[in-house]
Amino acid sequence: MEHYLSLATKAIFVENMALAFFLGMCSFLAVSKKVETAIGLGFAVIFVLSITTPLNQMLITVLLKPGALAWAGLPNIDVGFLSFLTLIGTIAAAVQIVEMVLDRYSPELYNALGVFLPLIAVNCAILGASLFMQERDYSLAEATVFGAGSGIGWMLAVVALAAIREKMRYSNVPGPLRGLGITFITVGLMSVGFMAFAGIQL
Amino acid sequence: MAEVSNREAFIDPLFNNNPISLQVLGICSALAVTTKMSSALVMCLAVIAVTALSNTTISLLRNHIPSSIRIIVQLTVIASLVIIVDQVLQAYVYATAKELSVFVGLIITNCIVMGRAEAFAMQNPPKLAFIDGVANGIGYSIVLMAVAFFRELFGSGSLFGYTILTPVNQGGWYVPNGLMLLAPAAFFLIGCFIWAVRSWKPEQIEEEFHVGALLELSNEGNLR
Repeated sequence: MEHYLSLATKAIFVENMALAFFLGMCSFLAVSKKVETAIGLGFAVIFVLSITTPLNQMLITVLLKPGALAWAGLPNIDVGFLSFLTLIGTIAAAVQIVEMVLDRYSPELYNALGVFLPLIAVNCAILGASLFMQERDYSLAEATVFGAGSGIGWMLAVVALAAIREKMRYSNVPGPLRGLGITFITVGLMSVGFMAFAGIQL
Repeated sequence: MAEVSNREAFIDPLFNNNPISLQVLGICSALAVTTKMSSALVMCLAVIAVTALSNTTISLLRNHIPSSIRIIVQLTVIASLVIIVDQVLQAYVYATAKELSVFVGLIITNCIVMGRAEAFAMQNPPKLAFIDGVANGIGYSIVLMAVAFFRELFGSGSLFGYTILTPVNQGGWYVPNGLMLLAPAAFFLIGCFIWAVRSWKPEQIEEEFHVGALLELSNEGNLR
């Protein structure tokens, strides 16, 4: 239990997807103008990450690891090179299915998250979590915790940035720095703040 | 859009419509691989190859892709190309490929590749799409190399692994700035890069934060 708790803390704070690995930056910058939209996208990311990371973990174990096809009578075949295609395919399909299920069974949630779901299929944070999971060889339970933790960390970062940007609307930023430029510098300062967590040994 | 000449298609993405500084695309990987110039260079070449080839392929297929499933078709084309690039990198520059780790795979979700495929290749013939792909790849590379140049020079005192400023621990005079190798420096440098480009080309300035300036003008008499 302790192991999973420290894994989650690590994924949320120490190795924050957005601020330490720069993942999901495109939507991170585009959707951080208002706190409400940022919260919506944040929940959608948590949701999709906690579904796709374990799903991809299972696929990797059953299909892609060297010798994983032994159950089909093909122990010498290594299809590891197909991993990118499999991972992104799973993510795109999972996002599509989640979108349809929400639309059918939970219209309120669909209205809240619906617009963000297609954006998420090409969010680097989702694919990044799956790739990190593959590289670090997580088990199914670890993958679930890692996926959910990364999502929470990402949401934390995007909501914080949106709040800062809302306040910043009232400050007089030098012309050429307005918009994207000052946002980058703000994110840099937030990243300095999050580096304080890096000293924590877990 | 139909009248875009080859030259315009090539020059435009370099500065006037740079994918990173203006279109806000592909930042995800731009920051993580820039601590060393050599790994940044490999990443740039990989991205140029993928954007050029994916633009060409999708442009060739553009009349056969039903619009309802175009995203998944584009993703499949791009993912296949990235697999090829990844295999080539692992075969010839294994050490760098290990260093780039997940970021080669993340070219798939690099918004430049998807963005150009969707916005340009779906409407234009293959030759123009190829030029657009190469040019956007180069526009991305300019920013990446500039950031990597500063981070490696000031962070470890070297360029491409050759020592330029001899660091103190090797008996030299230069005290390396450790912050440059950490995540925040990349954000600061890109912010400054955007600042520089927009000071040079003022028409790219965003006006969304103008509220602040307006408030100040109208309040000046009342507040002071």
